[in-house]
Amino acid sequence: MPETIVILKAAAIHRALTRIAHEIAERHENGDSVVLVGIPLVGDVLAQKLSALLSEIWRIPVPVGILDVTMHRDDLDRQIAPHMHPTVIPFDVTGKTVVLVDDVLFSGRTTRAAMDAINDFGRPKKIQLAVLVDRGHRELPIKADFVGKNVPTALTEKIRVRLDIPGREDEVVLEK
Amino acid sequence: MSWHRKHLLDIESLSAAEIVTVLDTARAFKAVGERAIKKVPALRGKTVVNLFIEPSTRTRISFELAAQRLTADIVNFSADASSLKKGETLKDTARNLEALNADFIIIRHSASGAPHFLARFLNAHVINAGDGAHEHPTQALLDAFTIRERKGKIAGLNVTILGDILYSRVARSNIWALTKLGANVTLCGPSTLVPKTFERMGCRVTHDMDEAIREADILNLLRIQHERQRQTMFPGIGEYTTLFGLTPARLARTKPDALIMHPGPINRGVEIDSEIADSKRSLILEQVTNGLAVRMAVLFLVNGGKGPSEVTGN
Repeated sequence: MPETIVILKAAAIHRALTRIAHEIAERHENGDSVVLVGIPLVGDVLAQKLSALLSEIWRIPVPVGILDVTMHRDDLDRQIAPHMHPTVIPFDVTGKTVVLVDDVLFSGRTTRAAMDAINDFGRPKKIQLAVLVDRGHRELPIKADFVGKNVPTALTEKIRVRLDIPGREDEVVLEK
Repeated sequence: MSWHRKHLLDIESLSAAEIVTVLDTARAFKAVGERAIKKVPALRGKTVVNLFIEPSTRTRISFELAAQRLTADIVNFSADASSLKKGETLKDTARNLEALNADFIIIRHSASGAPHFLARFLNAHVINAGDGAHEHPTQALLDAFTIRERKGKIAGLNVTILGDILYSRVARSNIWALTKLGANVTLCGPSTLVPKTFERMGCRVTHDMDEAIREADILNLLRIQHERQRQTMFPGIGEYTTLFGLTPARLARTKPDALIMHPGPINRGVEIDSEIADSKRSLILEQVTNGLAVRMAVLFLVNGGKGPSEVTGN
């Protein structure tokens, strides 16, 4: 059994998301050009939560898409074929500010794949990145625009984000 | 369920979970085909060879487009224009293709077991695109995908496969796939083409068309394969159509929501009435669309099936 440390509890996750929502709102005075695109399995849940918070601030619905980046990964040759999730982008991204939403920012490779993938759907005016946890160890020149919490980690450690699991409190844990 | 196989040689050796993995993966690839940009970089830099020793148009084109939409390079190799005519063996041909660093070899061959033979000595991924009367795995997978998409499930459905079962690799692969996924499969056709021995594969055999279609949710009509019959197995086309052709009168006696499938190419007016083939209950063109998605999924999955899995971080 690995040693686990709780980094964020449910209330702290909510506070972090509320702050991120306000930071997004600060950067975009009116929300009509902003769309959120979550990366499964957790980023799409986070994107839904951020959309609800932003809709309250802007008083308009904020569209949410789901983007599976599997087909654009750079490590497909180095592992068994990963499980794929549906991609649903029910709006035109061209000219919009796309805020990519992911749970953990680590090497940056998922973000790179996501930027490639989103370009197949159109030409956004701007792409920004919101993450719940930034754990460091970047392998690419990528930086998040909105961060819930910075968590220094060792390469061997794992971050688990558990959201909306029935019978469990939302939490972010570090496994040593 | 993840996929660990290096090749796709047949349906018989797949588990139900593996079949479902292909179908789920194909769903994601079908969505790619509906976008403005229908291409993803998943197989960038890979080389695919279509080694078609037996003529085929739709399967070859389907694999060709599938490889291109995954950003792989593809070479078509047909028996007519090759050294096989000059006496080169299949083994030497395949070895030569591998020497050109082909990563995937998609083989269609008139001999049952040809793909299994190649898989024994090639490093490349081998995909069976139809071997003799043995199997045509991607056809069965695309049929299962189409049924699941339209009916929402496969388990418990009554699927009737009609026509030339004896010479049909499509029938054999479909029987394996559908019975593994829990469908009730009925075979029907002239007794010369639908022997009772097929019951050993876990399906029902009947020679009474009206009885075979009455409770069916899916009717899968197979083409009469003149090229594969060594002698005439039934008196004539006219009699076949009278006894086993899907006519409007027969269609009226099926369940109102029964759907019609056919792997193509169709013989209009023989096994299927022309208007039925073009009707709303016909899934024939959807099968073609889905075939592309399923073949993309198969290429994508076997590409990953090579040795130990590597766990990726967050």
